[in-house]
Amino acid sequence: MNTATDTKDRTQWGKIARDGFWDNNVILAQSLALCPLLAVTGTATNGLGMGLATTAVLVASGLMISLLRGLITPDVRIPVFVLIIAVLVTLVDLGLNAWLHDLHKVLGLFIPLIVTNCAILGRAESFASRNRVMPAAFDGLMMGVGFTFALVLLGAIREIIGSGTLFANAASLLGEGMAFLELTLIPDYRGFLLAILPPGGFLALGFLLAGKRLLDTRIAAAKRIRATAGAAA
Amino acid sequence: MTAVAEPSYRKRIGYQAGLLGGFTLIAAALLVMGDIATRDTIALRKAEDLKASLAEVIPPAIHDNDLLADPLTLEGPDGSPLTVYRARQGLQVTGVAYRVSGVGYAGTIELLLGLDAAGTVLGTRVLSHAETPGLGDKMEVTKGDWILGFNGLSLGNPPAERWAVKKDGGDFDQFTGATITPRGILAALRGGLEFFATHRDALTASAVLQVDSPDAARPAPTQPGS
Repeated sequence: MNTATDTKDRTQWGKIARDGFWDNNVILAQSLALCPLLAVTGTATNGLGMGLATTAVLVASGLMISLLRGLITPDVRIPVFVLIIAVLVTLVDLGLNAWLHDLHKVLGLFIPLIVTNCAILGRAESFASRNRVMPAAFDGLMMGVGFTFALVLLGAIREIIGSGTLFANAASLLGEGMAFLELTLIPDYRGFLLAILPPGGFLALGFLLAGKRLLDTRIAAAKRIRATAGAAA
Repeated sequence: MTAVAEPSYRKRIGYQAGLLGGFTLIAAALLVMGDIATRDTIALRKAEDLKASLAEVIPPAIHDNDLLADPLTLEGPDGSPLTVYRARQGLQVTGVAYRVSGVGYAGTIELLLGLDAAGTVLGTRVLSHAETPGLGDKMEVTKGDWILGFNGLSLGNPPAERWAVKKDGGDFDQFTGATITPRGILAALRGGLEFFATHRDALTASAVLQVDSPDAARPAPTQPGS
């Protein structure tokens, strides 16, 4: 990846971004955090809310763990990481309950589950504890953005097929400013129950994973052709 | 973690224990601060939620008191304490609202039932349920007006034994594809109405009779001249 030493720093940032969003996406590549994924993505709005809450925890945990990495010994690192993540999640839970109460009513059950989201402990262990503060926070942000992207995508697919709307209730859940997101794509739609139920979540996720593989193979093939064409010329 | 040689004190059990203990202390302190910062707001939000639900089952026109101000606690149909919110116009109790619950297809269905002083249903709303979306959720007021069909009815109208779905010989429609859900709701409502019939005197006693209750000690705008 690092083509030249003088651009090493820039490539690293770009690689973190691409890793988090696509190449090493929490859902689409690592297949982690499937429990919150399937549980909350009945609508795109819920997916967005859950994604943002998880992103906040990812950034904060990346920051804290990277800051404290010199202090924490390898022997007790896992309990300390779990403790830090649990505190952050509880604070997010309290904050949502107080200031985004409607969203909390929908996501309330799943917020405490962010603690058990293996993606967060995974990033703490494999990235934040080995890197400087800014890259660690940025990695958390990009992993969170990638996770949110997957949640919103899956939520949107299930919501459009299941009830013919997109981002329904966004205004009441995320604040009045989000009202522009609310769309009714198919008027007088009678709904397709399967898409909203958990089996529909599994089906949609399967298609998403297959879609990403297909896209990756296409991109790799295109790159190979370009490389051979470049070598020939 | 890195290639730098670790100082020897870091390998000691005391350092490890201190590290864990220190982090736990800091974590506890942070949680306490978070709790203090949000506690009042959360309590306020919960009260708002309850008030909004109560306003749906007791029309604001029939009372001039704060419904949350002096709830009554009675022994509920299942033996556990039940909180009853009372609507008053002046001293007269004009309505009561309390929670009732029934067993649906997927767990308990919690409802809020509002009755006037004669025991007629003013309104009822589902507070929480885990029924199948699209099949069993037609009792939500946003998804249909089935739940509004109870307004104006009481235990004598129709008679108690006909507070059931049509399939069971009652007066009420089941939904297409879901009988257990409305059956659970009807059982809950019948239970709630019977509870009212049993405790009618305690529920509708006017405020004057309650002077010995602690609520009367503080100045209450609902008790002019008493």
